[in-house]
Amino acid sequence: MQSKPAELILENGIRFTGTAFGYVHDVVGEVVFSTSMTGYQEAITDPSFCGQMVVLTYPLIGNYGINLEDMEADKPALTALIVREKCDYPNNFRTEMDLDGFLRQNRVLGLEGIDTRALTRIIRDAGCMRGIITTDVGTISDRGLSARFDSLDNSDVVKRVSAKEIYTIDGKGKHVAFIDAGVKAGILRSLKERGCKITVFPYNTSAGRIIEENPDLVMISNGPGDPEDIPETVETVKQLIGKYPVRGVCMGHLVIGLAMGCKTKKLKFGHHGANQPVKNLETGRVSITSQNHNYILDGLPEELEVSYINVNDGTCEGIKGKTVDIQSVQFHPEACPGPLDTNNIFDDFLA
Amino acid sequence: MPRDNSIKKVLVIGSGPIVIGQAAEFDYSGTQACQALREEGVEVVLVNSNPATIMTDSQMADRTYIEPLTVETLENVIVKERPDSLIAGMGGQTGLNLSCELYDKGILDKYGVRVIGTSIEAIKEGEDRESFKNLMERTNQPIVQGKIVNTIDDALEFAREIGYPVIVRPAYTLGGTGGGIAEDEFELGEIAAQGIHLSRVGQVLIEKCIRGWKEIEYEVIRDGAGNCITVCSMENVDPVGVHTGDSIVVAPTQTLADREYQMLRKAAIDIINSIEIKGGCNVQFALNPKSFEYAVIEINPRVSRSSALASKATGYPIAKIGAKIALGYNLDEIKNAVTGKTYACFEPALDYCVIKIPKWPFDKFFGAKRTLGTKMMATGEIMSIGNSFESALLKGIRSLEIKQYTLERESAKDKSSESLRANIKTPDDERLFELAELIRRDYRIDKISEITGMDPFFLKKIKNIVDMEEELKEYTLATITPELITRYKKMGFADEGIAQFIGCKSADIRNYRKDHGILPVYKMVDTCAGEFEAVSPYYYSTYDEYNEASASDKKKVLVIGSGPIRIGQGIEFDYCSVHSINALKKFGLETIIINNNPETVSTDFDISDKLYFEPLTEEDVLSIIELEKPDGVILQFGGQTAIKLANFLDEMNVPIYGTRPKQIDAAEDREKFDDLLEELNIKRPKGRAVWSTEDGIKEAEKLKYPLLVRPSYVLGGQGMEITHNEKELTLYLEDAFKKDKDNPVLIDRYLGGRELEVDAICDGTDVFIPGIMEHLERAGVHSGDSISIYPPQNVSEEIKQKIMDVTRRISVALEVIGMINIQFIEFEGDLYIIEVNPRSSRTVPYITKVTGVPVIELATRVMLGETLAEMGYASGINKEPNMVAVKVPIFSTKKLPMVEVSLGPEMRSTGEVLGVGNDYYEALYKGFLGAEISIPKAGSTILLTICDRDKEAFLPIVEKFDKLGCRFISTSGTADYLEAHGYKVQRAKKIGEGVPNVLDVIRSGMCDFVIDIPKKGNDKNSDGFKIRRTASECSVNIMTSIDTIKALTEVVEKEYDLQSVQPIAVSDIK
Repeated sequence: MQSKPAELILENGIRFTGTAFGYVHDVVGEVVFSTSMTGYQEAITDPSFCGQMVVLTYPLIGNYGINLEDMEADKPALTALIVREKCDYPNNFRTEMDLDGFLRQNRVLGLEGIDTRALTRIIRDAGCMRGIITTDVGTISDRGLSARFDSLDNSDVVKRVSAKEIYTIDGKGKHVAFIDAGVKAGILRSLKERGCKITVFPYNTSAGRIIEENPDLVMISNGPGDPEDIPETVETVKQLIGKYPVRGVCMGHLVIGLAMGCKTKKLKFGHHGANQPVKNLETGRVSITSQNHNYILDGLPEELEVSYINVNDGTCEGIKGKTVDIQSVQFHPEACPGPLDTNNIFDDFLA
Repeated sequence: MPRDNSIKKVLVIGSGPIVIGQAAEFDYSGTQACQALREEGVEVVLVNSNPATIMTDSQMADRTYIEPLTVETLENVIVKERPDSLIAGMGGQTGLNLSCELYDKGILDKYGVRVIGTSIEAIKEGEDRESFKNLMERTNQPIVQGKIVNTIDDALEFAREIGYPVIVRPAYTLGGTGGGIAEDEFELGEIAAQGIHLSRVGQVLIEKCIRGWKEIEYEVIRDGAGNCITVCSMENVDPVGVHTGDSIVVAPTQTLADREYQMLRKAAIDIINSIEIKGGCNVQFALNPKSFEYAVIEINPRVSRSSALASKATGYPIAKIGAKIALGYNLDEIKNAVTGKTYACFEPALDYCVIKIPKWPFDKFFGAKRTLGTKMMATGEIMSIGNSFESALLKGIRSLEIKQYTLERESAKDKSSESLRANIKTPDDERLFELAELIRRDYRIDKISEITGMDPFFLKKIKNIVDMEEELKEYTLATITPELITRYKKMGFADEGIAQFIGCKSADIRNYRKDHGILPVYKMVDTCAGEFEAVSPYYYSTYDEYNEASASDKKKVLVIGSGPIRIGQGIEFDYCSVHSINALKKFGLETIIINNNPETVSTDFDISDKLYFEPLTEEDVLSIIELEKPDGVILQFGGQTAIKLANFLDEMNVPIYGTRPKQIDAAEDREKFDDLLEELNIKRPKGRAVWSTEDGIKEAEKLKYPLLVRPSYVLGGQGMEITHNEKELTLYLEDAFKKDKDNPVLIDRYLGGRELEVDAICDGTDVFIPGIMEHLERAGVHSGDSISIYPPQNVSEEIKQKIMDVTRRISVALEVIGMINIQFIEFEGDLYIIEVNPRSSRTVPYITKVTGVPVIELATRVMLGETLAEMGYASGINKEPNMVAVKVPIFSTKKLPMVEVSLGPEMRSTGEVLGVGNDYYEALYKGFLGAEISIPKAGSTILLTICDRDKEAFLPIVEKFDKLGCRFISTSGTADYLEAHGYKVQRAKKIGEGVPNVLDVIRSGMCDFVIDIPKKGNDKNSDGFKIRRTASECSVNIMTSIDTIKALTEVVEKEYDLQSVQPIAVSDIK
């Protein structure tokens, strides 16, 4: 495979030149960064990155290759992966393929040789923005550029990654009605480990259809994009609240919040990494969590209380219903990648 | 929980002298701890025997005691100061062991001192092998199959059960002292015997050997509420089997998938939660590279070398946070000083690669056995930061100051592939270069991985460098392109390295780069991978486009640090650098420091206004200077590392504060210096530089034996010897010219007189001497290895005035601005100069503390243009105190197989302790105590072997020991002589006379003390060498200089005892 020069052009005009790898084609997406030092495979296959170009701040990526076990979804959903240096000679006892081959196979663009730290600082200061990666280095006109930026439409990202039809994972324990807004395998695995029977529904399933299954509780998964873009899910959840215990992770947490009448707010550059401290307001204990979100809940109604906050910026990281049975967290207790410190939240969810 | 206000006065125990396995990292953590405690208004009482440290500065604690680290001394300090609390984990293994002893003996209870931070119970669970095993069982953590034994027989039996090879690990020892891998019964017998002897509790652990597994470390922190974080993960490039202190280490881990990483992280957290650590803890794992199988190797519930490395690698100050936790704070209540916004309760994210490479003393001790194993041998380390593994590795290599800028090493090139293959099987300091050479010869990576156990990932990275080196050989200065050079600079290649391959000067590459605008930029170490805006002024270089470091328009000064700790250039220089920074800050100047040593205080990002963590080569230093454009650069405090940059920086027109480089050269160049002395009519031992053996022998006839011989341009007396006759001289010269025929050998007349030393400050006109130091051992013992006494006890007023006069005249003639160090010999009433160093020296910290003269501050201000007179100092010698301070050297030779033990012209000590007393003998007594020299008493057995030359001189000493009631053991020569003089001597066989012989006497513990006065050192085949090595390895006190022993007998006569000698605070020295 021949290396091909490629250029990342940000909305604000800043350009970075590097080398394309993986499946080489021109793309447009929202540029976000993740500071996790391990778990690039989990990040790449995380459906929540759908429509985004992910900059990994750790400079050496691909060291242990890719295996077929640590997948968070069948295939990656991100638009592009931006790294400083990819590794072409991975080594680990589980390595099955290398990063380049994996991305090529899954039609994802990779870009290497980028000053990822400089890029991260730009995003940090300016906020998330759109970017174009092209192999036509220096030949696109300004008008051509703005047309390409405008072509980005991430309003249907959940649709792209959600389950297309209902399916069931058998189990002897509690029956969870699981609304898939782009679920990471780790969440389903955490429920399976606890013996749950899981019925997975597409994001746009009606409340009535779910009620038919007579579940023990309802859970809404993580997922990409803006929760305001999936009003159908919010509506379904609104109807289920009060009837069943309702749980949520990440996007699921935001959906529950919206269903309860909260507002959402977009963070400047989001929380993306495996080192975010959250405090459990009930116990006072702080845990290090894995996070990947751009939006947060704001303006909680009387009925809800904040259960977790982010230690760094004080934002809401979890809610609980005062009278209705609601629990949800903004972070990822299933980790993958990231610390396992909060995995017991699934026990609380099921209790 | 907020701060516990009942804590008002805290006792902090330091780690004592620098030895292999316990070095400057504890000055760094101890200093941080003291500062963190005092920030909270807590009164700090500090005890540490090491005067070279920054932590023992009077401003670091409210009460500082530079006293021997014994339980008795600590009890005396507790009685005197009545602290309410003790923090145990800040003084390394020494501090931890002493804290446990104080606790076990009920002393803490008796005086109502409680332990804050991690509790003694928790410490013991981690440290004691048996409870560690129980702890691991309780927390469901796998450990390596092993058993604790107290006898050799049990060791052998268990090894038969689990099979060889096995690892022996003694409980409660430093840096794994006394441990090792045994391949068979015979080896196990030997290693186990040693380990049992060295362990404080007579225990060793026998373990299944898991050589080849990955060695992974986590630095974890837990607060009183149970919040846990991991600060940093580290992966050893050398797999299990090489002590982590001797391994090349990379942070963060490189070859672990998230699943493995989180599995081990969770294990680390489960462990520290289980024993309720309050502060920092280090957890070491072995991970099977072929599965998820792992084992916990050990935990260290304290700050450590790894925690210092982790702090520097991440920007997260572990010791400081540990101290705050001890005071009651929780992690989410402590601010992250780097971002100023976030809290200490987070896990640092790195967006760069950090590499630590150990600095071994084998360049100095070329006769030493260099094999690396479970016993640590490195004296220091360097750290390098890059945004690729390759760049970090190349930066690291050039930071080592082994004249190496690439992976191509001359010594490896000459070896056959067979011998290289054989060599890399056994790890040593050359392995990196030897395996690179094999890779260069297209030897298979997977095979090297199989032989060495190193992960192919790392070997491929090394191959990348080698391939690029080979590619470069095809180019010349005429054919290189800017793209090519940019690519090499991005990979971390030095100009010098590139120049070597294409055959030009490094200046050519530098100029080429500048012509094409190929310049480094600097990135920030910010704990958060750029996620938050950081205020930490801590940088490393890369060849990217975006630069994060910008020069301010303030007046600023750059201080060059002293690099890795090595024998001859220790922590003292870090002390000087830090003090210079502090002085500059006091006068409102912006301060910048460059250094590459992760263990030190100077590389704490809180110390200077800007820290550049970079190699100290001409290129790396100049690049920073060109960006920062400092008003001046200070070289005098960075030892030879900084001084050797003087000429280059001068050529580059960099403004240098203090003595001009031309004058530095005049002091360092022997001929120029001889001319100067001649001109000033100052005496020095007659000598010459010779270029051949014949030339040397001819000179010797004129100068007369004994003669002091040494290679020119060396540090710490490397390769220096006293030769007594032509035969010895011939041997020396032939060897010296074989090693290096391009430089002369210096031959001096040897004067066996009294050695005296001064550090002085000169402003060009006036010269102020803070103090004259007298050496206990006569000339011929390296000044760094002799016992140094202040104020001098045997020096007449006339000689003092002469010293003043000569110091003044030399300083003024050399136009010294700042520091100068001069060593003299007083011989038959005359004063001779033996050495002049136009820089700060290793005695400065100690003289600063005992005189109270702020030596470095004065020198720094002089360099900035003030005069001594303006600062209130006139020419002259500082008034001497009534109390006496004695500096005693500390050796780590025990840990360095095949290294000479006896005192000689070549420096071998790694550290020092200070004894402060009301008079000379009390000070000396404390010095001996601090050096763990047990004082012979009635009934002690002394093994004596005295060379013929010194037998007569030794008789009065024998008489004194005899009177005291000591018994003697000797081999025939000494025994005959002593018996002839009427002493009773038990005879021991010489080594060649069968067993049991004199070595068995030492090994069996039959003697308490060994006195061996050698004819000549460094002869590995001599009996004396073996006797000294055996004594040292069995931790039996050994002395080799008549002068030291004589002083010891004088102390013995004073009949001091531990309880009655009172501790003296530094501020009470009068």
